[in-house]
Amino acid sequence: MKKTLGNIYLTLVLIFMYAPIATLMILSFNASKSRSHFGGFTLGWYIGLLENEEVMAAFRTTLVLAFLSAVIATVLGTAACTGMVFMKKRSRSIIMGITNIPMLNADIVTGVSLMLLFIACRATMGFTTVLLAHISFNIPYVILSVMPRYRELKMSTYEAALDLGATPVYAFFKVVIPDLMGAILSGFLMSFTMSLDDFIITHFTQGPGFDTLSTKIYSEVKKGINPEIYALSTIMFLTILVLLFLVNYRPGSKRPDGEIHVRTRKEVVVSSGKRGTV
Amino acid sequence: MQDKLIDLQHITKSYGSTTILDDLNLYIRENEFLTLLGPSGCGKTTTLRIIGGFETPDSGSVMFQGKDITSFPANKRELNTVFQKYALFPHMTIAENIAFGLKIKKKSQAYIQDKIKYALKLVNMDGFGDRMPDSLSGGQQQRIAIARAIVNEPKVLLLDEPLGALDLKLRQDMQYELIRLKNELGITFIYVTHDQEEALTMSDTIVVMNQGYIQQIGTPTDIYNEPQNTFVADFIGDSNILSGIMIRDKLVEILGARFDCVDTGFGENCPVDVVIRPEDIDLVEPEKGTIEGIVTDVIFKGVHYEMCVMARDHEFVVHSTDCFSVDSRVGIHVNPFDIQIMHKAESDDEKAVTIDE
Amino acid sequence: MNNKKVRFLAGPYVLWSAGFIIIPLCLIFYYAFTDASGAFSIDNVAGIISYVNMKALILSMAFSLGSTLICLLIAYPLALILSTVSTKNSSLLSLLFILPMWMNSLLRTYAWQNILERKGVINGILTALSLPPLYIINKPPAILLGMVYDFLPFMILPVYNSVSRIDKDLINAASDLGAGYRQIFLRVIWPLSLPGVISGITMVFVPSLTTFVISDILGGGKILLIGNVIEQLFTQDSDWNAGAGLSMVLMVFILISMMITSKYDREDIR
Repeated sequence: MKKTLGNIYLTLVLIFMYAPIATLMILSFNASKSRSHFGGFTLGWYIGLLENEEVMAAFRTTLVLAFLSAVIATVLGTAACTGMVFMKKRSRSIIMGITNIPMLNADIVTGVSLMLLFIACRATMGFTTVLLAHISFNIPYVILSVMPRYRELKMSTYEAALDLGATPVYAFFKVVIPDLMGAILSGFLMSFTMSLDDFIITHFTQGPGFDTLSTKIYSEVKKGINPEIYALSTIMFLTILVLLFLVNYRPGSKRPDGEIHVRTRKEVVVSSGKRGTV
Repeated sequence: MQDKLIDLQHITKSYGSTTILDDLNLYIRENEFLTLLGPSGCGKTTTLRIIGGFETPDSGSVMFQGKDITSFPANKRELNTVFQKYALFPHMTIAENIAFGLKIKKKSQAYIQDKIKYALKLVNMDGFGDRMPDSLSGGQQQRIAIARAIVNEPKVLLLDEPLGALDLKLRQDMQYELIRLKNELGITFIYVTHDQEEALTMSDTIVVMNQGYIQQIGTPTDIYNEPQNTFVADFIGDSNILSGIMIRDKLVEILGARFDCVDTGFGENCPVDVVIRPEDIDLVEPEKGTIEGIVTDVIFKGVHYEMCVMARDHEFVVHSTDCFSVDSRVGIHVNPFDIQIMHKAESDDEKAVTIDE
Repeated sequence: MNNKKVRFLAGPYVLWSAGFIIIPLCLIFYYAFTDASGAFSIDNVAGIISYVNMKALILSMAFSLGSTLICLLIAYPLALILSTVSTKNSSLLSLLFILPMWMNSLLRTYAWQNILERKGVINGILTALSLPPLYIINKPPAILLGMVYDFLPFMILPVYNSVSRIDKDLINAASDLGAGYRQIFLRVIWPLSLPGVISGITMVFVPSLTTFVISDILGGGKILLIGNVIEQLFTQDSDWNAGAGLSMVLMVFILISMMITSKYDREDIR
């Protein structure tokens, strides 16, 4: 009885959370362009998508932006963590405090502050400014993912490597980095997804003629969103879904790697107090 | 027979396909210090959790003072548990932890304050009431866990490897402390441990368990001196376990030599297992022993020397205060009453024998 | 490794954070307290007491308090239920609850338009059941719903994490000491889950307070929240001084809310 009630509750919340997603998916197959009634099944939007240069360009920009900003943030963030390990506690906590600012601050404030910075520098708003902004808000995710792992890391393995004759650099790359790999990777993935989904910060640092998927969607909200975007989002969502389940439930894998990423993502989200992007 | 305070009848419990307990029968007398002893996975903790009300047996019943309490939840049972990792509430002070059960029973403030004071004194933790659990050492947390349980005046205190996380010295101190507490409170203790020394030191009764079956129930002396099978002999203390043949009453043949013993009733030419404790072997001059051997190894253990003696292709472990140097030839002599004879297990299954008392 | 040299690995990031975190904040501060000519002025910050801005701020506060409370009320029972599921299923289930975050959040919010509009999904179902239709689109309830929808995962995750981390033996111990379900919840589970609740509250409260997107999409542009006001000052009016002034006010509110929550955090958890 209690169990049934629990299951009903779980189902209701899941319906609430998936209703918009299901709606979007259904609309991506809707032959009528009207949102309010279903005019029959079509794959037209999926085919049209390939020819819609504007949407495809925004999609490419979004991916390139997410990838580049995540890579740069991961390198900078991991290097910063390595440096901080050898710092005095005081300077380390100052840096960590600064790192927490964008995590705790409202995205809109971070966005306008960066906008003011670029204006002050007389920079032309465009891909570069957005990329710089994305790197900035991605680095904290990397640091907050890697730093705790560094603390858990047993310096003894590094010292053991030195004892066995390894040079410090060799020991670092052969012993320390492999141990951190999970955390680095999850920092990277988090950065990638955060950048992929970001709207607010992009909104304030973009220039004319520049669009990511999010800004494209936002500019179309008033006049009605092109169903080809539904099609694209459906493909993206299903791709991620398939990838996640493949990593998590790969046959024969006892300890799924993907699960670690998912868990670390939420833990970092939790520990940092970072919030949604809307 | 109000003698039985707790009576476990035909308890069976399994998780998935693994059977943890199989038709277990056991009773606990009032005012007894009973220890469930066995290696990990033997079912001792599950037994305790069934008594505590944290697990429900698949079949069988738990009787408490003649009343069936099998389906009672933990909060309706007149017993309290000291958990393995203490399980002190981290968000409450020591005093609040101790007061927890009393507040739920809606005792008066004055009564609760009295009880906290009394309990802290009892476990030698006066003045710690305002501290948080995190700020205490393992041994101190242990004492608080005990205090928290006993203020509720349970008829029975269940202790699940309470000393497992403490270091050796502290563990020995706490053993005496527990015995003192038990005597002061005059209640029944059911104690779970895998440490045979702990069990021998504290218990009135030891229940040796393995693979879900009770191997032997007895006083510490019984269990140590007269193990009923090789498992018990091996698990309790060091021992030399040899195959032998019971020639006739009071005469056993081991490694081709005949030893006098005190056991009877095995029939003639019956294959048996023989247990000889290391401290029961006397090393004598080669000619004077029953069999002859060569010392291969000597380790100084503080109170005694531990020596390995190779005799007729069998390695004996010997404890003695006299030291024989390596390679010296010695004779092995054992007093008849120091030889313990046991029936041989006929199959692997029988190694885990159930004993219904 | 030469420890002194290794420290310099943090150098690039230190410079980066100075350039992209500290200086931008200083710029906000600068713009907030100067006028268009660059002279000192507190008019921008004082702008919050104007009727329109004050109304927007109060409305934002009301919305964010409401959405935080509703998220907590939905998430807490959910976390309790999830924590009783066996470990094998719970990782799959908790995955199900974060999966929606992988679809573009603007689009998901936008989809609620379809669900809520006059001839939308919900009204279709209501009409079919011959119930009165629900007209909440472009009205405050739609915005509230959008906030709850968007930020619910950020409440579920920390609460679930803290609830599922509670040592089962603590619950057993409470039960052993005579506590029933209600007592166990009030005295053990709730206080021990407070850190998760607190972090859930900040994670929902701050974005609800500062959003301009949800009110744009689901409020039909008729309801102005403080986020909308700031956004318009920056992108449409190009009045950076006034925008920075209101941003300062917003940051003060965020700071206050954090101080309140961290105070509760310390008091109850010690």
